[in-house]
Parts: sequence; C-alpha cells; structure tokens
Amino acid sequence: MKERNLFQIVTIGIIAIWLVIFALIPNIMVFAVSFMERSEESFIKAAFTFENYRAFFSSMYFSIFAASFKMAFITTLICLVIGYPFAFILARSGSRFKSLLALFVIIPYWTSALIRTYAIKVILTTNGLINTFLIKAGVISEPLNMLYTQGAVVLGLVYTLLPFMILPLYAAIDKLDTRYIEASQDLGASRLQTLAYVIIPITVPGIVAGCLLVFLPSLGLFYIPDILGGAKNILIGNLIRDQFLNSRNWPFGAAASNILTIVMAFMLFAYYKSVRAINRRVL
Amino acid sequence: MENRKPVVELQNVKKSFDDKTILKNINLTIYNGEFLTLLGPSGCGKTTTLRIIAGFESADSGNVIINGERVNDIPPNKRGVHTVFQSYALFPHMTVYNNVAFGLKMHKVPKNEIKSRVTEVLRIVKLENFADRKPHQLSGGQQQRVALARALVNKPLVLLLDEPLSALDASLRKGMQKELKQLQRALGITFILVTHDQEEALSMSDRVVVMNEGVIEQTGTPKNVYEEPNSVFVAGFIGDINILNGEVLGLGDGGISARVEGRLCAIKTKKSLKIGDRFKLLLRPEDMRIEKLSENPETDGLMIGNVVLKTYKGATLDTLIRLQNGTQIKASEFFDEEYEDFDYNMDEKVSIGWVSGWEVVLPDEGA
Repeated sequence: MKERNLFQIVTIGIIAIWLVIFALIPNIMVFAVSFMERSEESFIKAAFTFENYRAFFSSMYFSIFAASFKMAFITTLICLVIGYPFAFILARSGSRFKSLLALFVIIPYWTSALIRTYAIKVILTTNGLINTFLIKAGVISEPLNMLYTQGAVVLGLVYTLLPFMILPLYAAIDKLDTRYIEASQDLGASRLQTLAYVIIPITVPGIVAGCLLVFLPSLGLFYIPDILGGAKNILIGNLIRDQFLNSRNWPFGAAASNILTIVMAFMLFAYYKSVRAINRRVL
Repeated sequence: MENRKPVVELQNVKKSFDDKTILKNINLTIYNGEFLTLLGPSGCGKTTTLRIIAGFESADSGNVIINGERVNDIPPNKRGVHTVFQSYALFPHMTVYNNVAFGLKMHKVPKNEIKSRVTEVLRIVKLENFADRKPHQLSGGQQQRVALARALVNKPLVLLLDEPLSALDASLRKGMQKELKQLQRALGITFILVTHDQEEALSMSDRVVVMNEGVIEQTGTPKNVYEEPNSVFVAGFIGDINILNGEVLGLGDGGISARVEGRLCAIKTKKSLKIGDRFKLLLRPEDMRIEKLSENPETDGLMIGNVVLKTYKGATLDTLIRLQNGTQIKASEFFDEEYEDFDYNMDEKVSIGWVSGWEVVLPDEGA
C-alpha cells in the first residue's frame, strides 16, 4: 500500500512538474508579458499597461480578428456540412472495414501539412492543374483567378482540418445505440424526424467537439493564409506570428494570443455543458 | 380464447441472416387482450420474431398480419405496435416528460391533449413527480417505467416487450412482474413479452410459446406447458425435470405396464404405444416420493438409490439420488408440519416412486 502511494506520488509528480514547466509557466509568462510594454533593446519592459489589449480592439487589428473569426466560422460550417454525412455513412455503414475506412481519413495527414498546402497551391495557381485542364478542355479561355483569394484559404483550411471534424463525429455516431433510432421509428417518427429530434441531439457533443477542433486551429494555422491567401488575407494566427517574429512586439503578440486562449476557454466550457446535458462524451 | 379476435398473425414466417436460418416456419396467432410470452434460450429466434412484428426486421417469406392488415411492407413508424426495448432506449437528451410525449408529438397530437395524456400515463406508472428528470437521473426500475409509459401513451394495439426486466435486480424484477401483469389486465392491451426466464413466463402470461432453434416447440397456458410438455426440450427448459428411460411391457386399460429404469410399474397414459416401444418418462422433482428403506422396506415397483446430494432450500429439501444403474434423479420435498425434522443421511439407501398420474410419457425421439 505504501509502495503504491510512493509510486503514485512519483508518477503524478513527474506529470505535474512537466505540466508546470512546459504549460503553466509559459502561459503565465505570456499572460504577464501581455501587460508589459515593448522595449527596443530587450523585447519587453517591466511596466504594467493595458495598452496591448486596447490596441488589439482598435480598428485595424480588430478587423483582422473579425475576419479571422468569419473565416474560421465558414471553415467550421463547411467542415460540419461535409463531415456529418461523411461520418454518419462511415459509422453506420455496418461494414467490416469501417475502422479501416476511418484510418483512410487520417492517412493523408502522414504527409506534412505544409507540403499538402503547397500541393493545393500547385492545383489552384494561374497555370496550375485546374486552369490548364479547363483551358485545354475549352471551358474557359482565360485562367481563373483562384489562388490568393479567401476561397483558396477556406479550401486549404477545410482540407487540412476536415479529419478533426470527422473523427469526433465518427466517435459520437458510432457510439449512438441503434435502439435510439429504432425507438424513434417505433414511436412514429419518420427518418427526417428521427434525424432532427434524436440522432443530431444525441450526437451534439461530437458536433461541438468537432467544431472546437476545427474552429480553434483555423484561427491559428498561419501558414495556410500565407501560402494560399497572399498578403491580403491575413488572419489572427499570422498576426501573432508577425508580432513575435517580424515586428518584435512581444507584449502585443502575447495579448493577442491570450485573447485566443480566452475564446478557446469559452468554447471548451460550451462543450462540457453539452456533454453534461446528455451525459455522454466523445473526447 | 378462441372466440377472441386475432390481433397479430404470423403465417409461415421464415427468416435467415447470412445463410443462418433464424426462424424456420413460424405460425402464430395472438389474440386481442392476451398476455403472450415468447420463451426460449438465447438464439432461439424469439427476439427476431418480436422484431418482425415491430417491423425492425422483415420476414424473408410468409405473412405478418396486424389487425387484419398485411404489414410486411409497412415501416415500424406506421404500425400500431410499440416496443419496450431491453435497454429501454430512453432518449438521453430528453426529460421523462419529453420522452413520453415523443410519440404523440410525432403524430401531431394537439399540445393540450399531449399534456393530459402524458400526465395521465405518468400517474399510472407512478412517476408524476419525475417528469422533469433526465433518464440518467433515474433508477433502473424508474427507467423501465418511463419506457413503458412512453409506449403506452400512444395507446398501442399491441405492446411488444423485449426482455424488459432483464436489467433489473431480482427483487425489483419480481415487483415489476406483478405490476406489468396488473397493468396489462387494467388496460386490456395485448402484451407480447420475450424472455428466457421460464419463471417470468409462467407467472405473467396467459399463454406461453416455447421456442427452440427457430421453431415453436409448444404453445399453451403456463399450466399446460409445465404439466404436459410435448417434448423433452420443453420439459427441460421449463423447470427441473427427471427423464427416465422406459420400455412398454404390456397394454392395459388407460395405461401401460412398463419397465422404467429396471423397475416394473403401471403408468397411465393416453399415448398410443406398442409393446416393446421405448419411451421417456418425465417427472418433476416435486412429484417424486422418497421413502427411507430403513423405515419402509417395501420396494415393490419402486426404484432404489442412494442419496448423493442434499440441498436445504428453506421451503423444500432438494435431494439428488443415484440409482444403482447410475441414473441420477432430482427430488424436491416440502417440509410438512407433522414431520418437521425429516432429513436424510448422505449415502442413505432410499426407495423412489412418484405420484401416479403426474408423469408424462413421450415416445423416444432419438435412438
């Protein structure tokens, strides 16, 4: 008994120390820095200020913030609309290969996301795959301007983040007991009514989890707007990166990143609310 | 029973999954207002039969008739039957009230009528104070009642119950058996219950259908299937049974003389047997009569054996006796007032007979 206690203390202690060093302290540092002033010589100056947060909500940065949210929202919505039927068919196919099919969803992600994003660029660019094909086929005479548009960024985000929508949905739908569906039919519900009143509500934790896993990264995946969006389509992830690496304005970057963390906290809260409401979880 | 209206009829229903035959040829008529139980071991096809009636499975061939209408091609949501599922399948995201109201909402019943009907049915199942709870906040027995209420509120023609009590613990199950039976009597709705628990089947049903390997072995009242099983399977599945081997020696008036496990005896039977026929003699443990050889050395026509096991069961003393030829016989005797401390010594030599007229003779199926 005593030995086991020692073992527990040591293992939990190691994890705790790990989390303190690599999660808690950095976060506290970022939090602290966000209230400091910028300094030319040593990046930060130890003086308390709300200026960084005030600056963030100023017109220019806030519009980037808003645009990022809009982009992330559109991405999440598209992922959900594609992902739900996809996950549903996958989980409900009753196929012996369904675990294998779920694996196939992930396999493309064994290739670096950066490389896949460049691949999208090659497909979309002025003399890229689509334009060349359409011109050769005689559908268009002038190449379409697809790269460096919001659409290209959304395409890149959706492509990169779709599995993070599909997998939690797959887990939630796979766990859905067929008897709920049968009970619903048994009580007189049509297929559509069963979907609306039973299947979707019971899989809400999966939906929220999926949205969480798509929405948050799509605010931060700076390389996708970089490669596919060009200079016009800057998002909050790019903003933060630029503050740290280019503008060398650490306090402001820290403030922006804190705001993201707060948004994330709210969304996690929403997830746990939805889980508690129906007493089941997928993450 | 016969003059009642048939409410569900299965005619030559067959079903197989992946080349595995589940139902061979089911013919069954269920009458309005009766409590019918489909009883059998797991894999016998009883649940499949229920699911075919509900519409979750379709019969490969044959007719499923509900209330005079062939429903083979009618989906479950358009049949006048409702199911209480084994695991209840209460919608986890809805309150008790909304679970019960679900069927009525789907059928577009007016709001105020929904309210009065749900309230009424919750009162019947004694859950009127739990309307705002979620299923996971209820005990197993309460969930069971919600499942019942959810089906009953739609006033089904037939209520299908798929092992509804199997998730409850023993004492609660006994109580729910009684409640279900009373509820069925009070409402007059036809109940079709699936169970593998023979005691449940006997205590609740008007009629029991014993199934085995996709075939109906016997249909009858609980008393009928218990006392007059028509096969070794039915006899063995419903309660404990002793199966003795016999051979017909002579025919008499309303019976036969025979050799059973080496002993000569007279047996009453209406079965037509010929001299030399082999048969099985089925006897319930409680119909066995045991005498200590030390007290009553008269063994004419009785079997002789030794007590090899005795089990005190409170109301009864159960013994296992091994005959000289190795056959083992189970006996169950009630303690009676005059003879309070009767007991056997282990290995004690006893004679075994049975109450004449309670035995069941079956022609030897095998061999």
